[in-house]
Amino acid sequence: MGSNGWNQSAILDIARQLRDEPGALLLILRRIQDELGWIPEQSVPLIADVLNLSRAEVHGVATFYHDFRHHPPGRHVIRLCRAESCQAMGAVALARHLEDRLGIGFGQTTADGRFTLDAVYCLGNCACSPALTIDGDIHGRVTPGRLDDLMAAVEERRS
Amino acid sequence: MKAVVYVPCDSGALSLGADQVARAISREAARRDLDLHLIRNGSRGLYWLEPMIEAVTARGRVAYGPLSADNVPALFDAGFLEGAAHPLCLGLAEEIPLLKKQERLTFARTGIVDPASLDDYLAHGGYEGLARAARLNPEQIAEEVTQSGLRGRGGAGFPCGIKLRTAMQTAADRKYVVCNADEGDSGTFADRMIMEGDPFVLIEGMTIAAMCAGAVYGYIYLRSEYPHSARALNAAIAQARARGYLGSNVVDSGKPFNLQVRVGAGSYICGEETAMLESLEGKRGMVRYKPPVPAVCGLFGRPTVINNVLTLATLPIILARGGAFYKNYGVGRSRGTQPIQLAGNVKRPGLYEKAFGVTLREIVYEYGGGTASGRPVRAVQVGGPLGAYFPQSMLDVPFDYEELAARNGLLGHGGVVVYDDTVNMAEMARYAMEFCARESCGKCTPCRIGSTRGMEVIDRIVARRDQSANLTLLRDLCDTMTNASLCALGGLTPLPVLSALKYFPGDFGLGDDAASLD
Repeated sequence: MGSNGWNQSAILDIARQLRDEPGALLLILRRIQDELGWIPEQSVPLIADVLNLSRAEVHGVATFYHDFRHHPPGRHVIRLCRAESCQAMGAVALARHLEDRLGIGFGQTTADGRFTLDAVYCLGNCACSPALTIDGDIHGRVTPGRLDDLMAAVEERRS
Repeated sequence: MKAVVYVPCDSGALSLGADQVARAISREAARRDLDLHLIRNGSRGLYWLEPMIEAVTARGRVAYGPLSADNVPALFDAGFLEGAAHPLCLGLAEEIPLLKKQERLTFARTGIVDPASLDDYLAHGGYEGLARAARLNPEQIAEEVTQSGLRGRGGAGFPCGIKLRTAMQTAADRKYVVCNADEGDSGTFADRMIMEGDPFVLIEGMTIAAMCAGAVYGYIYLRSEYPHSARALNAAIAQARARGYLGSNVVDSGKPFNLQVRVGAGSYICGEETAMLESLEGKRGMVRYKPPVPAVCGLFGRPTVINNVLTLATLPIILARGGAFYKNYGVGRSRGTQPIQLAGNVKRPGLYEKAFGVTLREIVYEYGGGTASGRPVRAVQVGGPLGAYFPQSMLDVPFDYEELAARNGLLGHGGVVVYDDTVNMAEMARYAMEFCARESCGKCTPCRIGSTRGMEVIDRIVARRDQSANLTLLRDLCDTMTNASLCALGGLTPLPVLSALKYFPGDFGLGDDAASLD
């Protein structure tokens, strides 16, 4: 086990399992992100070795895509849509509400590790704006009051 | 008789509590000892009525909505399973005026069928297009599509028949079909609705394209923000494969075709076709130079047909009903129908499929019912984050590729986002540059650097610093981005910026005469 609970053999298993797929590098990174919730920097040389690529090539892909995290996320991840339709329906106020309540900005995690706040540019839920996801579950027509309820509910579910 | 109730599993409906409604219905039916069959359909696209459920009655499917789980016991008491009256009863679903007024060709089945059932798809005319395609030779398929006048619905509007024919005529040991399901344009959700509500139509469309081009393998490049689409597609692909609609001998045609879903990783630029190919190859999503076009040299260097979900999902009806049938809809060089996605500050947001030619004013007022806030409409953005903003005075423009382009706008993927009079258009212009800076792949300078400089220049104009010089600079910068960017991201970002500047100069702290400078 590495620090932060990741496991070298788990990464090697994923890389070896997918190495022969066309376009394997993105598949491998996607799988690591999905299973670990982030992509530890130490996985870069491991993947490079399995795919016979340079570390630079692996690093380049890992840092190109917004989905790939380079630090572990908080226990709960909130992704607020900040695109046009949601802006037109109050996403700016929701953004301020979240920043105030959590005391962090977008792309940050609270010091106690409870919440990570991310921006997303369109969830395809524009007809139910404003929209956000909490731990992957999608919510539409969200108001600050409903957001508080949803946040309380995920915290309760955990305890 | 067993009662049948439809509850959408479309992610828009889910975001408003459709799962809770479904659970409440099952619970209530069990409590009353009723034998009930619950089907999870897609959405009809009338999102202001979601979650909207439908009970199958002798008269037809009777709709109720917008519901919450709390309404469910009262619905049972009222007798909704027999289509009884209730304050939330909407009557027969098919007769809801804004649904009835549409011309649903691409969306003929979405919201009606069970997306998880190949048999239901077949019962609603599914795979008739492929059956006909299998009896034609590739040239005849390409000709049928060319005749239909179908153009790429992803945004570029390139004639689909020409693309198919180019790939068909290019000799290669292996060819591909790639479906662009990276619906990154904000304000659009039609691809998602198809994939969640009628996934087989996309699979059938890709199979027809493959048969025409001679492709043996396909990829659906799906954005990671659509997990429900991924599940629906994977389930549908597995069924199609088990029943011989995919595999080594598709519908006994002797031709092989297989496909898989590839999930992206949150990059807007990967919706650009060549960046998408790079991403499928496992690389950074960097835009490629063209030529060669992908139909000649695409995925892994092989001829590749790339089309948007809506384009591919329209091929089955064109093959089944004929190119002439499809061509009969529409105006000018915009043939057929456009699934219009209406969102933002609007009373009745949703999916409205209409023949080309409907005006923006009809869309915003007759369909949308004006703003949700009740305030006046100030601006309407058409075509996603790279589309122009139109003021009130220009809403009579018809929804049509050429008409929008003639007004320095674009149809894009068919999204329409409405703003009321509280919007600050200088902020929206700045946001357009900011979005471009965030999502630029970085390959060409006008896009990579220009977008950041654009934000700074707009900030200076708004701060009233040396306005005249900065205005000249902004126009010059937009000119460079428009004409020297490698792809549409840098090339079209000036559209929202310059339209905001032209029609709403006051928001930039400029006098009305600023508009006349261009």
